[in-house]
Amino acid sequence: MKSSKSDALKFFNFKALIESLIAIFVGFLLGAIVLLVFGYSPAETYYWLFKGALGSTNGIASTLAYSTPIMLTALTFAISARTGIFNIGAEGSFYFGAIAAVIFTNIWGNMWFGLAMGMLLGALWSLPAAFLKVYRGVHEVISTIMLNWIAWFFVLWLVVGPYANPNDPNKTIRIPESARLPLIGNTDLSIAFIIAVIASVLTYYLLWHTVFGFGMRASGINPKAARYGGVNPNKAIIWSFVIGGIMSGLGGAMKIMGEPPTYAISQGMANVYGLGFDGIGVALVGRNHPLGIIFAAIFFGMLRAGTPLMQIGAQVPLEIIKVIQGIIVITVAIPGLYDLIKKAFKRGEA
Amino acid sequence: MDLGSIISILITSLMAMVPIVLTSVGAVWSERAGVVSIGYEGVLLMSAFFGAIAAEVTGSGIMGLVGGIATGIIFGILHGVLTVYLKGDHIIPGIGINLLAMGVVPFGILAYWGTAGQHQVAVTLWSWNTKYGKISPMVFVTIAIAVITWWVLFKTPLGLRVRSVGENPEAADALGINVEKYRFWSTVYGHALAGLGGAYMSVAWLGVVQKTMSAGRGFIALANMVFSGWNPLVALLGGWLFGFFDALAAWLAPLHIIPGQFILMLPYIMTLIIVAGIIGKARPPKWDGRPYKRE
Repeated sequence: MKSSKSDALKFFNFKALIESLIAIFVGFLLGAIVLLVFGYSPAETYYWLFKGALGSTNGIASTLAYSTPIMLTALTFAISARTGIFNIGAEGSFYFGAIAAVIFTNIWGNMWFGLAMGMLLGALWSLPAAFLKVYRGVHEVISTIMLNWIAWFFVLWLVVGPYANPNDPNKTIRIPESARLPLIGNTDLSIAFIIAVIASVLTYYLLWHTVFGFGMRASGINPKAARYGGVNPNKAIIWSFVIGGIMSGLGGAMKIMGEPPTYAISQGMANVYGLGFDGIGVALVGRNHPLGIIFAAIFFGMLRAGTPLMQIGAQVPLEIIKVIQGIIVITVAIPGLYDLIKKAFKRGEA
Repeated sequence: MDLGSIISILITSLMAMVPIVLTSVGAVWSERAGVVSIGYEGVLLMSAFFGAIAAEVTGSGIMGLVGGIATGIIFGILHGVLTVYLKGDHIIPGIGINLLAMGVVPFGILAYWGTAGQHQVAVTLWSWNTKYGKISPMVFVTIAIAVITWWVLFKTPLGLRVRSVGENPEAADALGINVEKYRFWSTVYGHALAGLGGAYMSVAWLGVVQKTMSAGRGFIALANMVFSGWNPLVALLGGWLFGFFDALAAWLAPLHIIPGQFILMLPYIMTLIIVAGIIGKARPPKWDGRPYKRE
């Protein structure tokens, strides 16, 4: 147990933390410039954004609720990234997890059954890309993006067709009360958040404290060496897709089963769209580390939770937070950011 | 299916091939030089947006296309600096560019035009209007660009140097070729073509700016690049094939033979099948996606 603690702490290495914080700072800075260009007040925007996200119990509950699905889709990306794969397919598995929850909890109104079927469908949907990668050499970025679009249209057909709510045809039928996730205290936050944190910790344990996880990381760092050491990189790749699919499927199921007051997939699938892509940003800011992802997800959840008040208070379109997120991710992509900054400061002193 | 609808599907397929071919040809050039980018999807979307603004501000459709090219160049420079000069990962900046586009365009449509999600472009590029649908001169420009790019890449010393830095940068370096310079400008060229393709969508073809208008075309273009075996001429043919599925889906949709969602899946399913079938035979340039550091 001692070693696990020191390993967990090793993540908080100064450089990685500073680089993520710099990226966040750059995101807000350039975001402010965009706001100014379009004639909004950055100070007012950020004030209402943070007040909305952290200014009240409801705000904090909303922050944690928004952080839940993106924490899980971030794990999807991170697990693959550690295995040397760029899995952009969290989005598709997320849709399938969501529709699985709707379908199967209406067959048997049991919470655990709904979560299990969400995970199962999420995992199944991740398999085509895994097999195409391993057996046909199809680059996973291309296959997962195509599969996301196919998933989108297929689930949309289920949403507006067979599983549409007869009383409200723009939404699906609702999750029965017996299968809804319990809420925490007097808030709209469900236990989904706690499950997502547990999933992150389990992923961390799997990757860093089991032989299985070591094999996955080894084939991510050097597939040839891993094969020499008795690990089959193809197996590692397939498992990374499957575990990733489980995480996103779980995220999709919990998004619908733990989100009052709707408990259904909404019109145009608006409440399930884009959370897989947001997860990629979360994973990159969290340095593809399950424990870093917990904090990165809460940060991104905070941005999202603050938007309703920001829209009212500063009249700014909520998409500005996506602009900020994009800038943050591009900044994280700058290699050796910390060393560059340090060098720049040294030059400044001299 | 009568002759009229066949002609109109063929015309639509030519219109639909333009953004895919331009992006594919640009990606072929960039990857021949060894630089991978998956940010074309975002570049298409953002240049559709900024191209439309440029067209409306100047009152000229051509300037709209120029605005798209400029947008592409800016992101090409960004990607080139990160991957070529700073030796960073080739995939992650593209993810960032795509995420940025998903924010910039919906935000920009609302903040600039004050409409949510969609804007009708006031100034568009001139086109021939036939009774089977419109044909943009950009169709012929695109064919010319594909042919010229193929010719330069395979028949000129410049093209040989570009291919050498993607195939064997060490040998190219030893011969005195500036690997970084060639890789950087190849990246810029690739993104500039995608920028032209994006602006074409809003300023010439569809006449609207929509927050989801790129619809995976940046990735379909990458699949088409793989399909082409990194050859601009084959990419032209492949791009037309993808344009054809696009047109076929658009023609089938109002007939309600099967649910519309299944028809709309068609281009993506075909992309998967084609890429899965062709791969194994296709070989990317040897140093594709690998940063080159001088020893």
